[in-house]
Amino acid sequence: MAPDSLPTDPVPAEHFKDAAAAVGRRAARQSDMRVAALFIAPFALAYLVLFIYPTLKMIELSFTNAPLIGSGHFIGLRNYFRLARDHLFLGSVIHTAYFVLLTVIPNTVVGLGIAILVNRLKGPARSVVLGCFFIPYVLPSTVVYQIWDWVLDRQFGVAQILIKAITGQPVSVFDSPVWAMPMIALVTIWWTSGFNILIFIAGLRNIPDDLYDAAALDGAGRWRCFASITWPLIWPVTALVMTIQLILQLKIFDQVYLFTDGGPFNSTYVMVQFIYREAFEQNKGGLASSAALLLFVVIAALSVIQFQVLKVRGAE
Amino acid sequence: MSNRRRFTPVEMTITSASFLCAVLWAFPLYWAVVTSLKTETDVVAPGLHLLPQHWTLSSYLFVIRNTPILIWYLNSIVTAVVITVVVIGISASCGYALSQLRFPGRGLLYAIIVASFMVPIQALIVTHFILMADFGFINTWAGVILPQLIVPVVTIVYKQFFDSIPKDYREAAILDGASHSSLLLRIYLPMNWGVTTALAIITFIGAWNNFLWPFLVATSNNSMTVTVGITQVHDAYGVQYARTLATAVMAALPVVIAYLLFQKRVTESVMLSACVKG
Repeated sequence: MAPDSLPTDPVPAEHFKDAAAAVGRRAARQSDMRVAALFIAPFALAYLVLFIYPTLKMIELSFTNAPLIGSGHFIGLRNYFRLARDHLFLGSVIHTAYFVLLTVIPNTVVGLGIAILVNRLKGPARSVVLGCFFIPYVLPSTVVYQIWDWVLDRQFGVAQILIKAITGQPVSVFDSPVWAMPMIALVTIWWTSGFNILIFIAGLRNIPDDLYDAAALDGAGRWRCFASITWPLIWPVTALVMTIQLILQLKIFDQVYLFTDGGPFNSTYVMVQFIYREAFEQNKGGLASSAALLLFVVIAALSVIQFQVLKVRGAE
Repeated sequence: MSNRRRFTPVEMTITSASFLCAVLWAFPLYWAVVTSLKTETDVVAPGLHLLPQHWTLSSYLFVIRNTPILIWYLNSIVTAVVITVVVIGISASCGYALSQLRFPGRGLLYAIIVASFMVPIQALIVTHFILMADFGFINTWAGVILPQLIVPVVTIVYKQFFDSIPKDYREAAILDGASHSSLLLRIYLPMNWGVTTALAIITFIGAWNNFLWPFLVATSNNSMTVTVGITQVHDAYGVQYARTLATAVMAALPVVIAYLLFQKRVTESVMLSACVKG
């Protein structure tokens, strides 16, 4: 780039630079394809083998009577007819829906409430309080299980003090069909609301302070501020959090498997657990695949809705 | 809100309530740690003791001596680190190609990656297991690692961040004869170092915490990850609460430390994943 260093001769330098850039661009375009192939290959290979192939294979298996390992015969839609009449499967759909009902809206409300509380705080107090609410979110499900199994232990659990105060006696919560699912939902909210809190805090930060100042000048109270400023402006974020939660909680497995293994009396038996049990305990790969495909279809449909929510949010 | 409202009694009450909520929220964590430092007899002693009467590490020593927890630790560290490195590597290079290179099928590839968000990985456990069995990878590190390499969000985040780097950098570097790989390694990645750290931490935490897949593929005592293994101790020792919680604390330690060290990055990565995922 010698011409660049000659301040007395700026015009040729510019020409040189443009020409070189053009040559460079042309060369770059020609080699783009070869380079692209190299850059994409590892990702594409992983995707093909570990994602696209298993997805297609799942669809194929769902029309067969294959065991977990080994091949089976094509049996058309028989697996699906069987699922439609299988009480265990229908129960698992209902229990999953019940769990979704117990978690999605409460978790969103709790997230928004805590976010509003944390957002008022300043400085170190804010990070400490936020940390308290967020840390459970980074824990593995098995650790969450061990902590709460101990806290809720019928004989020695510290939460039994509270339960005794409410019901008059200690309750073995995970052995009771009435208590089990709501308790799993409660633990799930404790575990996952950190995520929602963060998203809501980001949303709250985007609401301009002048709006509140103006409202305060007009003598608006706390509730009025929330109802006419915070809620309408945070609504797109709320919709987003709710759809994320909906998709996430439909896939529940860990908590149920660990706390109750689907019991008592199958009262917490959920869809992923049905897939797991049919495939790995009953050795019915085909039937499990058709249940998996149904779950897949439901979640894919919800994801499309989620994309729409995002688009609406992006447009605003 | 304006400052003159900050010290009214109502404001003070709300602030104290926030602190109380935070303390209650974190209490199960505190209780688990305290229990793990008590003796087994103190654990089941009547009355509420917020601190151990006799501090002891005996539960930890017992777990280390009598369970394969150190092997599980090794399995977790190896698999989580490999997953993180490979995911970041293949996603950064694919994100670079999607963002900076023009090639046929680019739009299609991007569409497939975006569409793959819709597939719940839990629905693939059956076919993943069959595939790993075909490869002979049951009860191996490779078996734990491979299906966890599918993290489309990382590729999308990289593409979006690379898109926002001004083209001048690239033109200038190409003029100097730089290859695309050195462009990626010397300019695009270093300019997005914060994003890379955030994505790496969240991938590592995700891999460390994953339960369902390692639980299915690694069932032998020596191939389990910590996350799966600690439930085995629970089953084997029944009602030994201090020991059970000692294993829980040990399993949680790496991710909690990662969070405390990189709080800002973890927060950032949650935002990143939410903005793409939803």
